[in-house]
Amino acid sequence: MRHFLVHTAKDNVGVAVVDIEPGKELSGLALDNGAALKTKSLQQIPLGHKIALRDFKVGDTVIKYGEDIGRVVANIRAGEHVHVHNLKTKRW
Amino acid sequence: MQTHKIKAYRRVNGRVGIRNHVIILPLDDISNNAAEGVGRLICGTMSLPHAYGRLQFGADLELTFRTLIGTGANPNVAAAVVIGIEPGWTDRIVQGIAKTGKPVAGFSIERSGDLKTIEAASRKAKEFVQTASELQREECSLEELYVSTKCGESDTTTGLASCPAVGKVFDYLVEASGTVSFGETSELTGGEHVVKKRAATPEVAEQFMKIWNDYNDFIVVNKTNDLSESQPTKGNIRGGLTTIEEKAFGNIEKIGKKAKFVGCLEPAEAPRGKGMWFMDTSSAAAEAVTLWAASGAVLHLFPTGQGNIVGNPIEPVIKLSGNPLTVKTMSEHIDLDVSEILTGNLTLDQAGDRLLDLMVHTANGRLTASEALGHREFVLTKLYRSA
Repeated sequence: MRHFLVHTAKDNVGVAVVDIEPGKELSGLALDNGAALKTKSLQQIPLGHKIALRDFKVGDTVIKYGEDIGRVVANIRAGEHVHVHNLKTKRW
Repeated sequence: MQTHKIKAYRRVNGRVGIRNHVIILPLDDISNNAAEGVGRLICGTMSLPHAYGRLQFGADLELTFRTLIGTGANPNVAAAVVIGIEPGWTDRIVQGIAKTGKPVAGFSIERSGDLKTIEAASRKAKEFVQTASELQREECSLEELYVSTKCGESDTTTGLASCPAVGKVFDYLVEASGTVSFGETSELTGGEHVVKKRAATPEVAEQFMKIWNDYNDFIVVNKTNDLSESQPTKGNIRGGLTTIEEKAFGNIEKIGKKAKFVGCLEPAEAPRGKGMWFMDTSSAAAEAVTLWAASGAVLHLFPTGQGNIVGNPIEPVIKLSGNPLTVKTMSEHIDLDVSEILTGNLTLDQAGDRLLDLMVHTANGRLTASEALGHREFVLTKLYRSA
């Protein structure tokens, strides 16, 4: 069972491809090199939403597609939901 | 390289279309009523009412003229009847469409009124429909079609599945000497440096950056907040997209991995040769597809995540989605389900092949979901207030 996908091995967030419940052991796949990934969910992550693959502190950069997609505005633990409550654009 | 044979309409100017519409095109808002009157009277015609065409000036007026002429000139259109309030600007549209060699006639309402205009225009429209109905499809190749793409109501599945599936097709078509176009200037924000690197020459890269910078300067001057909830949209956020950068990188998957773009186009400007072209477009779906149809594109590929339902009157829109919830709850709008990419049961190459196969069927005459449902969004882009 695959729970999440990662665009590139450089990414520090994954995308849930099923609805994820908290406290589950999760399997993922990196699309660029085919590497198998493991993590544990701490929160509910709806299908299509992002899961942290490592701990983040305020000011850290989130990487997806191997690129900078914004800055962390509230501390995040690995396995938590990453979205508008803890990640903001650097543009505006 | 393998070519995909299709049966399509080769117009007198050599361009290939996949539909055979006879359109009734109003020049301006107040001529919509007469145009729709003709559309109701003559079977097989389609009127295209819209909101503008009066008191515009400068670049804004030129864009309206280019859009109307380009719509009539599109190879999916067999013939056009143009109706305007006065003869001057009406004739300008007629003369522009006439350059393609297709049948076109103009009618103006002043000194006639709606009813006489409707009668005269209907007689001409009847003649055009009967002539068009005799035109035969002939063997052409899919690679001769000018294809456009834009995504809508994106979410994270568009970046994982539906956009890269279009990217596979774009890489294939460019390698096969096809003509394709992408745009959405505002929604490249955050990934503009990645798009710049895909320009074929440094000059094209600079042209692209100038267009993007002009847009960005406009946003910086006019924004009243940080654009949160406008970019990304509420729908994008519901689907898991958090920032404009993240949205842009998913969007950019549509232009494949190999193809370089050979030039930049004004809104509604026709490509000046083969290859991939960047067009400066709005990111609003109906506006953008209208601009591509006016630039001559005959088939549009539209990845959607949360379920944008847009269609266009003359350019068929193929919708594909990688979101299993959208495919399930909005099935009547989705032409191609690529959600198995998420589960690993479908590869991107296989998804690209399925999309090419569906494009062949659509080119041969199969109606898209949006055509069957009657989506005919025809929306002109307005640049600024009128005089």
